[in-house]
Amino acid sequence: MNKGLPKWADIILIPLLSLTLAFLVSGLIVMFIGENPIEAVKVMLVGEFGDSGAFGRFGIGYTLYYTTSFIFTGLAVAVAFHARMFNIGGEGQAGMGGVGVATVLLSVAWPHWTIAIVAASLGAMAFGAAWAAIPAYLQAKRGSHIVITTIMFNWIGSALIVYLLVGPMQAPGMVPETVGFSAGSSIPTLHEIFPAFDKHAPANVSLFLALFAAVGVWVLIWKTRLGYEIRAFGHSEKAAIYAGIKPVKIIMVAMLVSGALAGMMAVNTVQGEAERLILDTVQGAGFVGIAVALMGRSHPVGVVLAAFLFGVLYQGGSELQYIGIPREMVVVIQALVIMFVGSLENMVRIPVERAFVLFNKGAA
Amino acid sequence: MSVETQKQRQPETAAPVAPAIELIGVSKSFGPVQANKDIDMTVAKGAIHGIVGENGAGKSTLMSILYGFYKADAGEIKIDGVTIEITDSHAAIAAGIGMVHQHFMLVKPFTVLENVIMGAEGGPLLRPSLNKARKILAELAVEYELDVDPDAIVGELSVGFQQRVEILKALYREADILILDEPTGVLTPAEADHLFRILQNLKEQGKTIVLITHKLREIMAVTDTVSVMRRGQMTATVKTSETSASELADLMVGRHVTLEVEKNPPNVGETVLEVKNLCKTDGQGVKKLKDISLQLKAGEILGVAGVAGNGQSDLLEILSGINSATSGEVLMRGESIDLTHKASAAMRRERGIGHVPEDRHALGLVMPFQTWENAVLGYHNNPEFSGKFGLADHKAMMEDAKRKIEKFDIRPTNPHLLAMNYSGGNQQKIVIAREIENNPDVLLVGQPTRGVDIGAIEFIHKQIVALRDQGKAVLLISVELEEVLALSDRIIVMFDGVIQGERMPKETNEQELGMLMAGIDPEASA
Repeated sequence: MNKGLPKWADIILIPLLSLTLAFLVSGLIVMFIGENPIEAVKVMLVGEFGDSGAFGRFGIGYTLYYTTSFIFTGLAVAVAFHARMFNIGGEGQAGMGGVGVATVLLSVAWPHWTIAIVAASLGAMAFGAAWAAIPAYLQAKRGSHIVITTIMFNWIGSALIVYLLVGPMQAPGMVPETVGFSAGSSIPTLHEIFPAFDKHAPANVSLFLALFAAVGVWVLIWKTRLGYEIRAFGHSEKAAIYAGIKPVKIIMVAMLVSGALAGMMAVNTVQGEAERLILDTVQGAGFVGIAVALMGRSHPVGVVLAAFLFGVLYQGGSELQYIGIPREMVVVIQALVIMFVGSLENMVRIPVERAFVLFNKGAA
Repeated sequence: MSVETQKQRQPETAAPVAPAIELIGVSKSFGPVQANKDIDMTVAKGAIHGIVGENGAGKSTLMSILYGFYKADAGEIKIDGVTIEITDSHAAIAAGIGMVHQHFMLVKPFTVLENVIMGAEGGPLLRPSLNKARKILAELAVEYELDVDPDAIVGELSVGFQQRVEILKALYREADILILDEPTGVLTPAEADHLFRILQNLKEQGKTIVLITHKLREIMAVTDTVSVMRRGQMTATVKTSETSASELADLMVGRHVTLEVEKNPPNVGETVLEVKNLCKTDGQGVKKLKDISLQLKAGEILGVAGVAGNGQSDLLEILSGINSATSGEVLMRGESIDLTHKASAAMRRERGIGHVPEDRHALGLVMPFQTWENAVLGYHNNPEFSGKFGLADHKAMMEDAKRKIEKFDIRPTNPHLLAMNYSGGNQQKIVIAREIENNPDVLLVGQPTRGVDIGAIEFIHKQIVALRDQGKAVLLISVELEEVLALSDRIIVMFDGVIQGERMPKETNEQELGMLMAGIDPEASA
């Protein structure tokens, strides 16, 4: 794995180099379509007028909003990765998390947001976990491949939500959405806590829940006996069985935690932003979670940093259209980042390893 | 190697026949690891040349260079006196070098003929080369005692025959030099004897053979000359007739080692583990265990001999709770243990059954785990390692690991090192330390010294004997007959899922056990 490579090079240098390469190639593509890459970077970071880019006065609120979602879905994929489960179902689990949030928040007129957010979180986790439970059970007991089943459950989930929003849960009228949540369940935006944030930005207190979840995942994976079993199973199923660890239990637990984390995203989007259940609340965040987990090397710190990077790309990228770069360009940049950081990692790793060997030889 | 010494050697090597293989100053490193340092080796034409050395000594790397899998960083290779560049295995084949790998490179659903011509089809249509191969194979069969049914499906042949197919593949490609890498690892003693007869025939026909093995007995039996490798260097090349197994062992390890296991007579107590009529049928309907019954007593080492794949592994897996049994009963101190799929290895450990698995890489260790984590694998839920709220007590685990590292002389001593970074011997010491230190009443041991260097073998054997001297029961499964004979107080031989016979080590020998391993009962046939 890391032959003679110091840890810092493994977890910081290599991703950084991969990222630089991805951005260089992105810059070349921007040049190719006749735009100025430096200008594009400026627009992405601070916006055309200095406020709407990823770090602009207004834009940062969106960047952090996206970051929150990506932390949840990234952690979800990361936890499953530790058990060597590839959970592609973040999209569906987060969508069902939204149904959970809506069900809980519409059931009672919640007196205060602090109670409402706890209840909504429980609802989100329960529904997200339940949606992951079926593929997990099929994998654990029947050997149905989790990648296939979770992808299929994304579609089933999406269809189910459409059905709910044009049927049982639909508000009076023609729009496929539920009635708005009661005022008591509205959670504070970051603006309400730190007035420096723009009041229209959707970032909200669930960001802190996301960071808390990251700490929770770290404790679970590296500090508990269950985490030990999950990692042992993930590295070697045979060794885990030899150690008396039950594969069915690990697959189920890892996938339930994964689904619950993905579901938690709905607290940010459904409770925090939409304040009612609407169609398509996930918007690809479930898939971005895969890239985030890959880039963050399934470590909570890495996931948080990678989620922030993708938050920047999402918000900054949407600004590009205002200077004539098509919106699709940001998808290209994201794809390049995923490609360089995820699948082409060895392209960077092997030369770096060689360089270190040469350097060490020279020193010795 | 300086030019000087090469020149000095010239008069010898420039004799009438050039040596078949001559390596001059061959070096190869992988990153910071120097696998081969400045290797010089000369193999005379028509000789059987052995190469011995511990795991990681660089034998396989050297042969991989000769066969074109790796390119040497420096050095020269001469075949029949001519310097050649071996860039890939095609070049090696063209130079007349054939290789029989430890793990056979055969397509199992193909017939023998199809395997033999693979990569040498010689045209778009198969028929002409198949016919040609059939003719050549018939000739080779007569010439070298290498008869194999050309139309047999390779997967249905026994391992000994599969190996012959590998040799035939090399001969079909007109190899004059044959490299065999650990060829007897999977053979019965009788099959191994047949192999050695084939090698002698090949030698008589002028072929040159390089035999890589860690079994010194075989080196002594068949080779003309032998080279010893240690830590990437060629430390000695001697005539086999002028050396002994113990001298070679010392040369391999670099210090004096004892090959014999010193132990006192056993102090056998009452039966601890009793197996009654155990049967196992696998998913494909193959009967792996047929009505196995045995008793394991306190204070004894019961050795299970047999060629790999005759049910020993299944027995081990069932007893250790990894796999379920089809029928039968197992009693631990008179109480029956769960043999269904609901059982787990954790339940066995609670009952006092420890397990050193046959495959430490896949089962015994989690390779990307650090030593302190591996040192509690399977015991991680023990009260002494458990904190509150499901947390693990890392401090206790770390102290425990440090203690095991010291007591079992595990090197390097850093408890944060990953298991994959240890040598085979030290990996096995981690497993042995973990299982013995948990003080089991019964220890199941599978292939305790497979891929372990000689120095560590000595140590591991001593630990097993010490456990038995404490009055614990040990079930030892090993395909190394020497090991079974040296360690066991009682030996059973398994063949095709049944216990073929039971012998006392003092009253038997390798020949008799070898016949039992091949399914022949010497007493019945006598």
